[in-house]
Amino acid sequence: MADLKVKIGNLEFKNPVTTASGTFGSGQEYSDFIDLNKLGGIFVKGITPKNREGNPYPRMAETASGMLNAVGLQNKGVDYFIEEIYPVVKKFDTHIIPNVNGSSIEEYLEVTEKLNNIDDIKAIELNISCPNVKEGGMAFGVKKSSAIAVTKAVREICDKTLIVKLSPNVTDIADMAKAVEDSGADAVSLVNTFLGMAINHKTRKPVLSTITGGLSGPAIKPIALRMVWQVSNAVKIPVIGLGGIMNAGDAIEFILAGASAVQIGTANFIDPQISVKIIDGINDYLNENNFNSVKEIIGGLMREI
Amino acid sequence: MKKIIDFLVSDVKWLNENTYLLDLYSEEKLPEILPGNFAEIRIEKASEVLLRRPFSIHDVDYEKNIISFFIKVAGKGTSQLAKYEKGEKLNVIFPLGNFFSLPKEKDILIIGGGSGIAPLKLMGKFFKENGVKPVFLIGGRTENDIFLVDELNNYGEVFITTEDGSLGEKGLVTQHPVFNSDNFKYKKIYTCGPEPMMKAIAKFASKNDIDCEVSLENTMACGIGACLCCVVETKEGNKCVCTEGPVFNIKDLKWQI
Repeated sequence: MADLKVKIGNLEFKNPVTTASGTFGSGQEYSDFIDLNKLGGIFVKGITPKNREGNPYPRMAETASGMLNAVGLQNKGVDYFIEEIYPVVKKFDTHIIPNVNGSSIEEYLEVTEKLNNIDDIKAIELNISCPNVKEGGMAFGVKKSSAIAVTKAVREICDKTLIVKLSPNVTDIADMAKAVEDSGADAVSLVNTFLGMAINHKTRKPVLSTITGGLSGPAIKPIALRMVWQVSNAVKIPVIGLGGIMNAGDAIEFILAGASAVQIGTANFIDPQISVKIIDGINDYLNENNFNSVKEIIGGLMREI
Repeated sequence: MKKIIDFLVSDVKWLNENTYLLDLYSEEKLPEILPGNFAEIRIEKASEVLLRRPFSIHDVDYEKNIISFFIKVAGKGTSQLAKYEKGEKLNVIFPLGNFFSLPKEKDILIIGGGSGIAPLKLMGKFFKENGVKPVFLIGGRTENDIFLVDELNNYGEVFITTEDGSLGEKGLVTQHPVFNSDNFKYKKIYTCGPEPMMKAIAKFASKNDIDCEVSLENTMACGIGACLCCVVETKEGNKCVCTEGPVFNIKDLKWQI
């Protein structure tokens, strides 16, 4: 067994494989299929201050090697998370990392403040990249000044490891990553979904109720990988890579590009056991290539072709 | 408890040019499956089909470890699934979702349209085991779209409508004489089929104060309540069709009918 432990800021993860927010519920949804204790971490579904019903149906469209979603942060609010969901999932031996959302800086602070009071929560993921909400979300993540403002404000009141989730819908993601690093982020996770759209030519109507939505899945992997590589070269803080990871090979590629950990997203829908299979696959890869620790391959891209 | 199992295709029986019964065999004992439960099938052979596809479970044989699906080839997923032959592997997550409730009433009408007749056999079986003998009403465009009549006859009387009148009564299911509201004798309606059909039935049921359950087939990704893509608007907010459905009582839905 290779050493799979990685560090994100001051926080140790038993392995680099986590599940992406919005694709894994709170974890419980998958407990019939895998042992959640094996995961490095679970990034739980996005949380807002109050109950949100999200966008109207239809919210999903399968596209070539991917899917568009426009869920719109449906969740029951931070109090419900703390009272009803967290007590159930905290018993699992893995990091439970809430994904924090808001339509204003005040709302981000409200959610952060409440989560900050829970000792067992060691990290939060600040979502400034949701493409499916009218206010807040991606609006904070595509403009440098607002990304800086919300990161600084949350950093001020947050004692936890602060991971900022970046939007790929920007001109220069490395520049954005540097800006949040300078604003106090302990790590960045990237990428969230790409803004996309589907039309049914037969009905001449959009497929999604919101017309546009977020594209995920293997279709986005090469772009996500490129962005993870660019950001890893630009910042000193750890990078968590995601975007279309379907198997252990994909996960290893993100790690070679510079990611210290990965998040598995859309692949969970196709194979609910994939996250654990990826952990095993990374271990096998390290053994077969005579590495003692996964840390040896972080950023280990060989530059000569 | 939900399971994820590799099944082998044990039989493919074509009923017409685009409709077939798919039997899957597992070495593992099958868990209890209730009428209305569905399964998410991974169509791995076809790379253009990324997500699993949900199918209502048509029948189950606990002794032989076989589950059956009634499948109408309609889109990309079903076209690719139809290429699977005997002996090939299919990975399935099941049983998913809730189920049709066992009726307290005696006079039961079960209405299926198109591929919505898929769960009717399991309903008939389950109701019979519990001493309930329903009446089935199935509809299609032509006699070519009417299936399972003999099988459903084992569990209750079967009425048929076709839009062109080639079999049974001519017209839509809601134009069948049983819907003459002056002598409508059924105390509970269950229905599965195209949404316009279910809405027309729901409209009749709510107007005449008859309890009615519908089975929805919203587009899904995960099937297990994680992605929140398949929601339907209910009086208690958005609910997942995959975990809180697919069966809903119409009194809980916010359907504009």
